[in-house]
Amino acid sequence: MTLSPTDTSRERALCRIAVLILLLALLAPMALAEGLAPDALIKSVTAEVTSAIREDPAIRAGDARRLSELIEAKIVPHFDFNRAVRIAMGRNWRSATPEQQEELTREFKTLVLRTYSGVLAAYRDQAIAFKPVRGRPGDSDVTVRSEVDQPGAEPLAIEYDLGKAGAEWKVYDIRVSGISLVATYRSTFSEEVRNYGVDGLIQHLAAKNRQAAGARARS
Amino acid sequence: MPSVLPAATLAMLVVATTLSGCATTDASESGDAIEPANRGVFSFNQGLDHKVLRPVAQGYEAHVPESVRSCVRNVFSNLGDIFTSVNQLLQGEPRKAGSDISRFGINTTVGVLGCFDPATSMGLAKHKRDFGETLALWGVPPGPYVVLPLFGPSTVRDAFGLVPSWFLDPIDYIAGPAIYAVKGTQTVSNRSSNLKASDLVDSAALDPYLFTRDAFLARRLDQIYDGHPPRQQEETEPMPRTEPSDGTADLN
Repeated sequence: MTLSPTDTSRERALCRIAVLILLLALLAPMALAEGLAPDALIKSVTAEVTSAIREDPAIRAGDARRLSELIEAKIVPHFDFNRAVRIAMGRNWRSATPEQQEELTREFKTLVLRTYSGVLAAYRDQAIAFKPVRGRPGDSDVTVRSEVDQPGAEPLAIEYDLGKAGAEWKVYDIRVSGISLVATYRSTFSEEVRNYGVDGLIQHLAAKNRQAAGARARS
Repeated sequence: MPSVLPAATLAMLVVATTLSGCATTDASESGDAIEPANRGVFSFNQGLDHKVLRPVAQGYEAHVPESVRSCVRNVFSNLGDIFTSVNQLLQGEPRKAGSDISRFGINTTVGVLGCFDPATSMGLAKHKRDFGETLALWGVPPGPYVVLPLFGPSTVRDAFGLVPSWFLDPIDYIAGPAIYAVKGTQTVSNRSSNLKASDLVDSAALDPYLFTRDAFLARRLDQIYDGHPPRQQEETEPMPRTEPSDGTADLN
């Protein structure tokens, strides 16, 4: 199409439409995410994930790769791994270079997701109940508590810590029976950094992840 | 086994209490004043577990059908409800004590000596309370973290909390060699329900000792506060706030 230099009104209209589309594209996902309160978010993700597990014979048979695909698609987008790794690193986070921080985040993400997928792999149709969230509307940090029924045992408490990251709520820690998937690493990480430095910690994390990936591939 | 354990535990406690007394500077923030000794016992326990208990529990899981295993699990869990009920009373929870002793009554009769758990479906939820928690609620401080031989992770307080269970556990009143068979079955049954969890720790931990320690202490705190422990550092923004700029100074 040819636009003559005098055809400015049409050009301007097109331009306005383009800007409008761009704005809509940018705002739409934000608006959607903004609408979900933290407990609603966790509930809907939990419902999606558990029904996916229920309906997938491969996952029920122990297919770890299928399970991690599910986690990657449904859970990872709602997780703030950067905040998680900062908690695990504590004050040592500042002594890491930006490149090291990036590597730490990547390796820690793999580690935490592997553990969480181990927890999820044990899920078999048990009822999950959510407790009312205690918090004030303006809070930027909230804990969503759930309980998974277990036959003949106390219910398993699973808690999600969420923080507001921009307009969205993101999970930065998960506690199973009071045991944090993130904070439990604090003393390990600080020992590692003290003895081997940040690079040593990254190497050990990577080795651990490689070893686990190998074990998974073999089984 | 029951005759050896109390002695070993007591010996360990004496060591722990003595050592914690003289550990002044190196008692780290974690409260692990006797870490070297603990690491020794931890690796002893792990060796024993990997050589004996875990393989036996895996065999048990592979060869005994789930219906039987669940019956065995429930029988021991049902006996545990007596001790739980006593601790509920000691913790000032008479209603829960009543609920737990009713569980025992129902499951022992309707549930055929505890093999089944009809009480849960009747609305009496399972609880688990031990004397270590009772001591905690009475204000006894935990003392240092101790890894007990065979028993595993504990604190000085929790180790002392084991003592009344030796008197209140009905199994300990079984006469003759049958007690070894019963205790053995209980140990294998418990270990087999933990197989998945211990695999998870193996795949999650860079340092299994530290991971187990911190997970245990967090779990205990959670139990003592009934699921609502006070959140300390991990709740705060991880960026520097508590520590001044001594990030490298104490790497010594």
